[in-house]
Amino acid sequence: MSNEHSMRRVTAIRNGTVIDHIPSGQAMRVLEMLGIGASTAVPVSLVMNVPSKKMGSKDIIKVEDRELNQSELDRLALVAPDAHVAIIRAYSVAEKLTINLGQEVVNVVRCTFSNCITTNLREPQSHRLKVVQRDPLQLRCHYCGRPQNLSELANNVL
Amino acid sequence: MAGLITMDDLTNEQILDILGDAERLLPVARGEIYLPLLQGRILGNLFFEPSTRTRMSFETAMKRLGGDVINLGDVKTSSVVKGETLYDTIQMVDGYTDIIAMRHPRQGAAQYAQDAARVPILNGGDGAGHHPTQTMLDLFTIKQAHGHLDGLRVVLAGDLRYGRTVHSLSHALVRFGCDLIFASPDLLKMPEEIVSDLRSHGANVTETEDLYGSMAEADVVYMTRIQKERFADEDEYARCAGAYKLHARHLSEVKQDMIVMHPLPRVDEIDPSVDKTRHARYFEQAFNGVVARMALLCRLLGVPIPAKIEGGAL
Repeated sequence: MSNEHSMRRVTAIRNGTVIDHIPSGQAMRVLEMLGIGASTAVPVSLVMNVPSKKMGSKDIIKVEDRELNQSELDRLALVAPDAHVAIIRAYSVAEKLTINLGQEVVNVVRCTFSNCITTNLREPQSHRLKVVQRDPLQLRCHYCGRPQNLSELANNVL
Repeated sequence: MAGLITMDDLTNEQILDILGDAERLLPVARGEIYLPLLQGRILGNLFFEPSTRTRMSFETAMKRLGGDVINLGDVKTSSVVKGETLYDTIQMVDGYTDIIAMRHPRQGAAQYAQDAARVPILNGGDGAGHHPTQTMLDLFTIKQAHGHLDGLRVVLAGDLRYGRTVHSLSHALVRFGCDLIFASPDLLKMPEEIVSDLRSHGANVTETEDLYGSMAEADVVYMTRIQKERFADEDEYARCAGAYKLHARHLSEVKQDMIVMHPLPRVDEIDPSVDKTRHARYFEQAFNGVVARMALLCRLLGVPIPAKIEGGAL
């Protein structure tokens, strides 16, 4: 089954964002990290576990009338660092965005350890998580040194 | 060196160097020689959590070296109770002092303070995180007894889950090739991430619930208190607290030069009958907190310690 065919499982969008090459089964976590849920007014299409030449299988999300900004891309990096993000305008790809997962994730999410000093949100210094390993992703808090619980990160988005 | 937040801030060579400095400072710590190396320097003692030995030994260390100390005082009456952030407290004390010793109930607080401060921070314990100055005095005590740190067999017993002292010490001992035996009730086992971290550094780690059976070949038995404040449930505390009580009669089969250590305060885990045995080292260990912290204060303030210390008696 071609990639083109996979993309056509849902209609092409006029304006918005297409997030392709999401690891299979991770689409729901991507939506969670982006804060896209029941209260989101714009149309959102989601396909899961479609065949992919590159990945074997993958998920795809299309969000209409919304263009992802840098802070949303930073959050996406924690769930799908190798995803492809395209901004669509008038049915064409207007821009391809790059997700950049560096050595450290600064002010994107806060530490998931409940007794970390940074859980006091009045503390003004940056929230810093170090990328210990990229695949599978392992993060540690710069301050308390605790390994991060990835399934809780979506609740800790700043 | 900016501050001392975890033992990773020191190389093995620096650790041994500082222990050597501490050794030379012993007569100064005992008050036999007056050596005002830190005259004109001020230590800020910021203890956001109760502390007796750590706070007092920092204060003694500074004063024996001719320096001065200011204290945060009781957290309940300081600006902290008014909701001041740690960042703001550090900004203020940073301006008043040359170096800060800090204990805080939140993990990561020492690193957070170091990132906010101009002066060096000495971590005196952050939540269940690190307590490197305790580790330095523990290493000093072990080296004093055995003459070296390499390849020793060390039993760490009691509350290994919440005890930050044993977390920092384990990491340091592994760097010197020591074999570690963790003896604890199942509920208070060393956290899995620490055990796997130690093993990934090539450590030979054994986990057991049998303290007495693991002591025969030990060079050091390091006891810890089952900390009541870490338990939500009183019954659970009572069940665990009774599990490890070392008595002199348990020491008949141990090695002659084995030492028993404890970061203190003890509750019931070491019976006073052990105090009179050749193995007891916990009170010397508490005293060693002064020399170890003297050496660290000098190191972090960039003040060299003379190769030979003599004369100048009080």
